[in-house]
Amino acid sequence: MLLFLRLMLRNLLRHKLRTGLTTLGIIIAIVAFVLLRTVVDAWYAGAEATSAHRLITRNAISLTFPLPISYANRIRQIDGITGLSYSNWFGGVYIDERNFFPQFAIEPKSYLELYPELVLSESEEAAFLKDRKGAIAGRKLAQEYGWKIGDVIPLRGTIYAGNWSFVLRGIYRGAEKKTDETLFLFHWDNLNETLKKTDPARAERVGVFVLRIDRADRAAELSEAVDRLFENSLAETLTETEEAFQLGFVAMTEAILIAIKIVSFVVIAIIMAVMANTMAMSARERRREYATLKAVGFGPRYLLTLILGESLALSIGSGVLGIVAAFPAAGFLASKFGTLFPVFEISPHTIELGLLASCLIGLAAAVFPAWRVITLPVGEGLRSIG
Amino acid sequence: MSPIVEIENLTKHYWRGDQIVPVLTNINLVIREGDFLALMGPSGSGKSTLLNLIAGLDRPTSGVLRVSGINIAELPESSLTDWRAAHVGFIFQFYNLMPVLTAFENVELPLLLTGLSKRERREHVNLVLQLVGLADRMDHYPSQLSGGQQQRVAIARALVIDPALIVADEPTGDLDRASAEDVLDLMERLNVDLGKTIVMVTHDQRAAGKAHSIRHLDKGILTDDPGAVA
Ligand SMILES: Nc1ncnc2c1ncn2[C@@H]1O[C@H](COP(=O)(O)OP(=O)(O)OP(=O)(O)O)[C@@H](O)[C@H]1O
Ligand SMILES: [Mg+2]
Repeated sequence: MLLFLRLMLRNLLRHKLRTGLTTLGIIIAIVAFVLLRTVVDAWYAGAEATSAHRLITRNAISLTFPLPISYANRIRQIDGITGLSYSNWFGGVYIDERNFFPQFAIEPKSYLELYPELVLSESEEAAFLKDRKGAIAGRKLAQEYGWKIGDVIPLRGTIYAGNWSFVLRGIYRGAEKKTDETLFLFHWDNLNETLKKTDPARAERVGVFVLRIDRADRAAELSEAVDRLFENSLAETLTETEEAFQLGFVAMTEAILIAIKIVSFVVIAIIMAVMANTMAMSARERRREYATLKAVGFGPRYLLTLILGESLALSIGSGVLGIVAAFPAAGFLASKFGTLFPVFEISPHTIELGLLASCLIGLAAAVFPAWRVITLPVGEGLRSIG
Repeated sequence: MSPIVEIENLTKHYWRGDQIVPVLTNINLVIREGDFLALMGPSGSGKSTLLNLIAGLDRPTSGVLRVSGINIAELPESSLTDWRAAHVGFIFQFYNLMPVLTAFENVELPLLLTGLSKRERREHVNLVLQLVGLADRMDHYPSQLSGGQQQRVAIARALVIDPALIVADEPTGDLDRASAEDVLDLMERLNVDLGKTIVMVTHDQRAAGKAHSIRHLDKGILTDDPGAVA
C-alpha cells in the first residue's frame, strides 16, 4: 500500500502555495489557541498552587477591611489549627506604576513555616529574620529587575503613604513549577511600627490570617469554628480554603476568561472552515481522477482513506508545528507579561487540546469532499473537465 | 466464439427534475469474445452511456445486461466495483492518468486491488510497459510525456490486470494523426495477438476502420444490423 500512501502525500504537495498557506493558517490558529488557553490557565494558576491544609480568614465585609491582630491568639486556641500567620497587601509602586508585582507585609517566621514551597537557603532565611528592614523576593521577580542580595528596594506607598525602602535579604525559589516566584515579602512589624507613629488608627491590623489545619477534610468544620468565634463582633470574619479564596479573585474576571475560551474555539472553527474550503476545492479539481480510481475498481473505503488521509496529514502535521511554535511564542509572551502572571506555562492538557483540535480540523475538512466524491456517479465524474 | 456481452431490450433514461430524459431505447446487442467493436454516432446519441453500462459504471433502467454470463445490472455496488477491478480495462479520451504518479506507478495502481506481491506487480508492470513500447519512460510523470505516450501508458494500465474486456471512449479523440495511428495499432495488437475483446467509442472513421464491426447509435437507438465489417 506504499504506492497508495505516496499518491496521498504527493496529492498533498501538489499545490505548494495552497498547501503552504493552509499550513501557515493552521499553525497560526493552533499557536493562538494554545496561547489563549495558557492565558486562561495562568489566571487559574494561583488557585492551583494552593494547599488543602491552609485556610484564609478575612473580614466578612470585604478584603479591603482589615482584622485586629488580637484575633490571632483566639484563633490559635481552636483545636485542629496547627499554625497561624498573617499578611497585609502593601500595594506599593516600584519606580513606575507599570512595574506591578504583589507585595505583602508578613509575619516572617510563621509565614515561611506555613509556606514550605517558598524555598530559601538557611543563611538567607536567617538574614531575613534578623533584619526588620529586610525583604525577600521570588526568583522570577528578582530576575525581572536584576535584584541582588543586599540591594535596597524602594517602594512608594499607595495604601500606606510614604517612601519605603527594604534591603533584599533573600531570593526564594518555588519548590514546584506552579509556585509563585513573583512575590515580594517583608516584615509585618516594620509596617506596624511605622503605622503606630504615622497612622496609629491603622496599626495592629492585618489583611488576612493564614491558618494551617491538621486535616484537609476538616476545612469546612474549622472554617465555621473560626467564624463562630467572631460572630456579632465588630469585625466578623469569613474563613475559607486557600483555593476558594484564590478562586474568588478569578471569579471577578470569570466573564473575561469565558470570552477568551470562546475566542480560542472560534479561532479553531474559522480555520476549520478555511481548510474545509481548501479540501473541497482540491476534491473538485480532481473529480476526474477520483472517478478514474473508482472506474478502475477502488471502492469508497479507498477514496475515503485517500481524502481523509491527505486532510489529516495536513492538519495534524501543521498542528504539531503549531504546538512546537507555541513554546517560543509563550516564552516571548511570558517575558512581555513579566510578573503579571506568576506562572505562564503551556500545560500538557493544552497540548492535548491542541492536538485534538488539529485532528478535528482535518476530519471536518475531509467529510464533505469525501462524501461528494464517493456519491458522485462515476460517469459524471469522468465527464468533468479537470 | 461465445458471447461476452449480451444486451437484451436495454433501456436507460435519466431524470431531470420530474422529466424523463431517454438516452438509450430498446438496445439489443451481442459482443463475442475476441471482437473489436466500434460504436459510432453523433454527439449526444448515447455512445458513452452505453459503453459505461457495458463496463459496469452505470446501471440500466430496464433490460438485461450480461457480461461473461453475469447479470451485472443486479450486482450490488461493492461487488460491481470488485467485478470491474478484475474484468474491465478502461481507456479514456483524456488518458486520466494520476499526474502525481510516474508512468510505472500509474500502471501499478490497479494491481493494488489484487493479491500480487510487490515483485509480481513489478514484473507485470514491466511486461505491459514493454508491450506498449514505453519501458524506457517508466519513471516519467504524465506531464513529461506526449499525448500519445500518455495514452499508451493508459493502455498499459488497462492491460495490466489482464481484463477480459477493454472499453475505450474516444481513445484517439485528443491525439494527432501519428499518435492516433500508434494507439490504434496497439489496440489492434491487443485484439489480434492477445485476444482481448474491445469496445471502442469513436468519431473517427479511420479508427473505426481498425474494428471488426461498427455499430451506429442515433438518438439512443442502434440503427444498423450487426455484421457490418470494415
Ligand atoms: N447523468 C445524466 N443526467 C442527465 N442526462 C444525461 C446524463 N448523462 C448523460 N446524459 C444525456 O444523455 C445523452 C447521451 O450522453 P452520452 O454522453 O452518452 O453521449 P455521447 O454519444 O457519448 O456524446 P459525445 O459524442 O458528445 O461524447 C446526452 O443527451 C446527455 O445529455
Ligand atoms: Mg461520449
